[in-house]
Amino acid sequence: MNSTKFAPWADPEAKPLIRFQNVTKRFGTFTAIDNLSLDIYEREFFALLGPSGCGKTTMMRMLGGFENPTEGRIELAGKDISGVPPNKRAVNMMFQSYALFPHLTVWDNIAFGLRRDSKPKPEIEARVAEMLKLTRLEKFAKRKPHQISGGQRQRVALARSLAKAPKLLLLDEPLGALDKKLRQDTQFELMDIQEKTGTTFVIVTHDQEEAMTVASRVAVMDEGRLMQVATPDRIYESPNSIYVADFIGEVNIIEGTATPDGEETYRIDWADGQEPIRATSARSFATGEKCALAIRPEKVTISADRPAEAVNAVQGKVLDIAYLGNISTYHVELPSGTVIKAQTANTRRISRRSFTWDDPVWLSWTVTGGVLLAE
Amino acid sequence: MRRFFLIAVPYLWLLALFLVPFIIVLKISLSDTALAIPPYTPTLDFSAGWQGIKEFLTGLDLENFVWLTEDDLYWKAYLSSLMIALISTALTLLVGYPIAYGMARAPEEWRATLMMLIILPFWTSFLIRVYAWIGILSQEGVLNQFLLWTGLIDQPLIILNTKIAVYIGIVYTYLPFMILPIYAALDRLDESLIEAAEDLGCSRLSAFWLVTIPLSRNGIVAGCFLVFIPALGEFVIPSLLGGSGTLMIGKVLWEEFFSNRDWPVASAVAIVLLAILVIPIVLFQRNQQKQAEAEQ
Ligand SMILES: Nc1ncnc2c1ncn2[C@@H]1O[C@H](COP(=O)(O)OP(=O)(O)OP(=O)(O)O)[C@@H](O)[C@H]1O
Ligand SMILES: [Mg+2]
Repeated sequence: MNSTKFAPWADPEAKPLIRFQNVTKRFGTFTAIDNLSLDIYEREFFALLGPSGCGKTTMMRMLGGFENPTEGRIELAGKDISGVPPNKRAVNMMFQSYALFPHLTVWDNIAFGLRRDSKPKPEIEARVAEMLKLTRLEKFAKRKPHQISGGQRQRVALARSLAKAPKLLLLDEPLGALDKKLRQDTQFELMDIQEKTGTTFVIVTHDQEEAMTVASRVAVMDEGRLMQVATPDRIYESPNSIYVADFIGEVNIIEGTATPDGEETYRIDWADGQEPIRATSARSFATGEKCALAIRPEKVTISADRPAEAVNAVQGKVLDIAYLGNISTYHVELPSGTVIKAQTANTRRISRRSFTWDDPVWLSWTVTGGVLLAE
Repeated sequence: MRRFFLIAVPYLWLLALFLVPFIIVLKISLSDTALAIPPYTPTLDFSAGWQGIKEFLTGLDLENFVWLTEDDLYWKAYLSSLMIALISTALTLLVGYPIAYGMARAPEEWRATLMMLIILPFWTSFLIRVYAWIGILSQEGVLNQFLLWTGLIDQPLIILNTKIAVYIGIVYTYLPFMILPIYAALDRLDESLIEAAEDLGCSRLSAFWLVTIPLSRNGIVAGCFLVFIPALGEFVIPSLLGGSGTLMIGKVLWEEFFSNRDWPVASAVAIVLLAILVIPIVLFQRNQQKQAEAEQ
């Protein structure tokens, strides 16, 4: 959906809605956010991705006004927001712990923020009804938070943060407790809301598929630093480091040494007695430089015989097969002991699949199939 | 069988420590005074057999309860006790809530010490502490001397032997009973709820009213009952600090027992006091039960 048209980050004229400038956040001696700079633009759906404890919630809390940066500044719409209390920011946050008010019903929880703006009663009622419908909670409106399930609570928290239609909405793992179907529905709802209202979303998620689905851009974090900020397809197709390649989706990493071999093409020597691999790379490598080829399992073709035209082909035997319904992942062990994963769509029924355990197979991929990364 | 014993123990306890004394007091309240030991009649005489029990039962009547309604001293004392208990409960809440709040907000490593300080007064005798207040509040007492020295007043204030001294005494004595349940409630309160309230547009103050107060309600209610119930029957504080002008039912009770040696009337006073206390005690139990249910 985020087609080529919407790309304010590529436009040097565009003014970011949120600007982190060399922000550092320390808790005592522990550095949670480490000299981080980041621009997020209006109407973006920005996803923060990273392992547990990498500082995602801390980023959100600084935007929400619950923590102040130790160093650096954060701007919202061009204004420094340090010291502005949370209730004076046009920002709403959905807390990772939900933070629902236990003494109020679901209805009152959702209405809480609207009431603070002393809106007329019918307007509040209409808005709450709309939110209940959106999150499919109509039946639970009169219950207290301890009388509903975990997933329902999560939806109440989502509805409550959406109710005020803020300029910037911070969602800290909004959909973690939902089943797959409801999660997908809600993802599309969120994208729909975002398109209708023009709200800027910053979403934290552990689920990279979710980040891929909803986000206009994804930031991959590690230990308080940004590893890469790019559109989902770029993060997936051209990660800038082994860390990012490994974090997003499944990947095979083949380590070796590069030798230039034609324009933007390199020969990679990777294991004794194995044919070298060829790969293209926009980044230049010196002769003998250590490198790693990251290649996604779905870009590796598996076949019984060596394909005649294949540039890169290796032989091995099937070690394991992971059947995932629509696709299967074959773990193939090479004579060197390296295991390479190859994915194929299950176009045939399982009983008729071509390969089984211990079958000798050929794996092949094209020159452009992988990404060549520095160590 | 094991179940039976488990249930039987608290019931036996209740029977021995509450029900038996209650029945004895109830029986005395239905008797008449007599110059004898014990100072009332009839007494149960099993040696006379069936006849003795019959005589005993016919000797009981409600005379003393009728008497309580005839002399206006009693209902005035009940009413005044109620007023004093209510006002001092409110004062204790006003003093106790901020202390409990401060404790709950204090850094983790300080809390144990603060809790210790709250409980510390229990280590000295209650009577000695009340006597100490006489030393503080009397006309030549520490407080007056200090105020005279600072020049804030030029005549010593008369505090001792007034209701004010009783309020001070009750607030001082029962403050820990108010603080502890409120502290327990505030301690459990999730900080992120306050943050969520602020995020949704509350100022600090309105977040306090809309979230903190309602969520510590059970602690407030428990604390109020824990202060109100004993304060209503309080005897030591009004008699030591309140002087002759303070009428409280606990004091009346004491005087009936020990000065007048009128055990039957004193017992009747005690029974009525108990009847009045049953209402808040039942309400208190309901509150505790509701809290337990909400926490499940
Ligand atoms: N108030 C605090 N005091 C001390 N350390 C903190 C505090 N808040 C967070 N941290 C630390 O900062 C780091 C980042 O925490 P943060 O909550 O931002 O992680 P996260 O990326 O949201 O992780 P998760 O995915 O598990 O929610 C963690 O190592 C955490 O222990
Ligand atoms: Mg987090």
